[in-house]
Amino acid sequence: MSLRVENLKVAYRTLRGDVTAVDGVSFSIQDGEIMGLAGESGCGKSTLGNSLVYMEGRMKHLDGTVELDGQRLPISDNRAMDQYRMRQVSIIPQFAMSALNPTRKIGRMAADLLRSRGVAYKDIEEEFRRRIALVDLPEDVTERYPFELSGGMRQRATMVISTLLDPSLLIGDEVTSALDVSTQRAVGEMLTEFRDRGFVKSMIVITHDLSILAQIADSILVMYAGKLAEKADADTIVNKSLHPYTQLLLASLPEVGLRYDDAPLVGIAGRPPSLFNPPAGCRFRERCPFAMQQCTQEPPFVEVRPGHHVACWKVHDDLASGQERVLDAASAALARPPAAGGSATGGAAAPAAPATTVSPPGGAAQP
Amino acid sequence: MSMLEVREVSKVYKTGTFGGDLLPALRHVSFDIDQGQVVSLIGQSGSGKSTLGKIILRLTSPSAGAVVFEGKDVGTWSKSQLRDYYRHVQGVFQDPFSSYNPLYKADRVLEMVRSVYFPDVRAREWESKLRSALEAVSLNPADVLNKFPHQLSGGQQQRLLIARALLLEVRLLIADEIISMLDASTRVDVLNLLVDLKRKGLGVLFITHDLSLGNYISDRTVILRKGVIVEMGDTRKVFGNAQHPYTKSLLTAVPHLHQKWQSNGSGARAHSVVEGERPTDLEGPVGGSVALGESRRYSKSPLHPQNAAASEASGAQGPRAGGARPSLMEGGGPRWNRRFSPGGRTVAEVLAAAPAPELVEYEPDHFVAVGY
Repeated sequence: MSLRVENLKVAYRTLRGDVTAVDGVSFSIQDGEIMGLAGESGCGKSTLGNSLVYMEGRMKHLDGTVELDGQRLPISDNRAMDQYRMRQVSIIPQFAMSALNPTRKIGRMAADLLRSRGVAYKDIEEEFRRRIALVDLPEDVTERYPFELSGGMRQRATMVISTLLDPSLLIGDEVTSALDVSTQRAVGEMLTEFRDRGFVKSMIVITHDLSILAQIADSILVMYAGKLAEKADADTIVNKSLHPYTQLLLASLPEVGLRYDDAPLVGIAGRPPSLFNPPAGCRFRERCPFAMQQCTQEPPFVEVRPGHHVACWKVHDDLASGQERVLDAASAALARPPAAGGSATGGAAAPAAPATTVSPPGGAAQP
Repeated sequence: MSMLEVREVSKVYKTGTFGGDLLPALRHVSFDIDQGQVVSLIGQSGSGKSTLGKIILRLTSPSAGAVVFEGKDVGTWSKSQLRDYYRHVQGVFQDPFSSYNPLYKADRVLEMVRSVYFPDVRAREWESKLRSALEAVSLNPADVLNKFPHQLSGGQQQRLLIARALLLEVRLLIADEIISMLDASTRVDVLNLLVDLKRKGLGVLFITHDLSLGNYISDRTVILRKGVIVEMGDTRKVFGNAQHPYTKSLLTAVPHLHQKWQSNGSGARAHSVVEGERPTDLEGPVGGSVALGESRRYSKSPLHPQNAAASEASGAQGPRAGGARPSLMEGGGPRWNRRFSPGGRTVAEVLAAAPAPELVEYEPDHFVAVGY
């Protein structure tokens, strides 16, 4: 067992009071596993990733434990965390492209970082150079300043530096998001290669792009408004997801080959609730085409099939009553009249758009 | 005659420490946009796609070539003529938040349209205009009016900017990466909105680096690589039957949900980084499948904006000759390590030294660059 997170709660201190961005999250990651963490902006995915490495001043650890390789991480104590950073846990921060110090050459920056961990640059320089070659960076990159590198090159340099000490867990926050397709693919493949070569034991890849996760992740965890919605292996999430939110998220992705006149995509009506004073019960209720009375109570995040966890009353009920596969959120959302409040699904609700039924991802059978 | 014609547009940036180097960001780019047509302009970062959008909006001037809107050369217009141009041609950009002044309420962008273009319109009339514009982008006035930008979601902000364009009699919208900052669930709304507006006759130049978005929305596709068109034509043909190795390599890199990236089986990475530099596998000319017939050259085709204009003999001005222009002082721009030529050369020399490849008609309405 590599990483085990139990009931983690992290809040942001604001002038109006605490905002709980990660609200009771539990999951575990095996050695060698790449877990994707997906969700809309503001769902708490970056907060979750950051809290495992570095708690900013305005972040507050409310509850819960994090255990890595049998050791409990003192995540609320920034000083005590120092001995774990880079060695046990490491992060490729969001906007890694601008995370590099503009006044230091890449090699010098790596040396500085290593010294702060008590490691001499000399001892590790050979390995550093080997890894730089591995990610297709030119050898003289150590002698260059960050502004002399392109975005993709900076991203790869950050990847190499943050994994130099072979951490057990690597957190990659939106690693591929600002890159264009071919660089995105190369970086994605490098991430799996880092795992395969044992530079890191396990990885959390945070992104809003499910199609990238379908390529590189072993398992996917979907978050919504600070809570867990669904977790399963990547194939199951992509092809047989159960939670209505996951299904709608997948249905809103355009794929190459799909055009507006073939089948219009559906967005998800409405916006996530404010985390300042979140509603009781299921937080997706407001936007869910299947919302019912029971949803005013919070659905438990339970294992419905081996390795497949879902927090949804509808799914629990339907599976309990023996139905195999029931939800087809995309069709349901199309059939539903646009929500009041003007936040309708844009063109999908437009009169000109044909009322084509969008088949759910994976082409599941209708009930 | 097309609504908008881009004729042999080139742009050369000054670069280097003292501006001594010249870098051609766009080279002899020609295409057109019709009414009710969505044309997507696809390229990687540094391919010059945003530069082209800026040139069409006259936020920067071309080094050579011309942008022709409804038969008139945009480059020659005076300030008051430009005001009329912006009545019909508007841009929306990537980061909606930075398009608003955070100190003012978001609907100020709408009010400014009124003070510049509709000073004589009465309040009641304006209100109904406003209401129909907001309705067209499916925004509820109560949700967005009288609010500060930070109180609106990214999707709402972006739709409000499109509503602003609709208040004017906009015929062409330059949409520069307008959905790349939005979440998957909201980006679909904006995409579908564009489809909706297109059906009502709006022309859209959809600038993006995301191939699946471009494919979803556009009628025609232009693939730009390092300032040069390598492939263009009907979207279904370009994506369904890509011919240029660069287009093909982009297509293999797109992450699919239901299909893994194909590996080459040897355990090594299948995909090397294709950056703006010169990847060797892209250097060669397109294979023999493309025959180089004189009649099939794009520059000779009646589809080429220049020829279309000539045959109409409408008196429209032809493209201006390339040459050094005083407006070349824009600094910054592309990266250091892509220096193109040593200093001392003129813009015309740089462009002459880097001619654009010939576009050849591979099949009807599908052009591929040869030898590049």
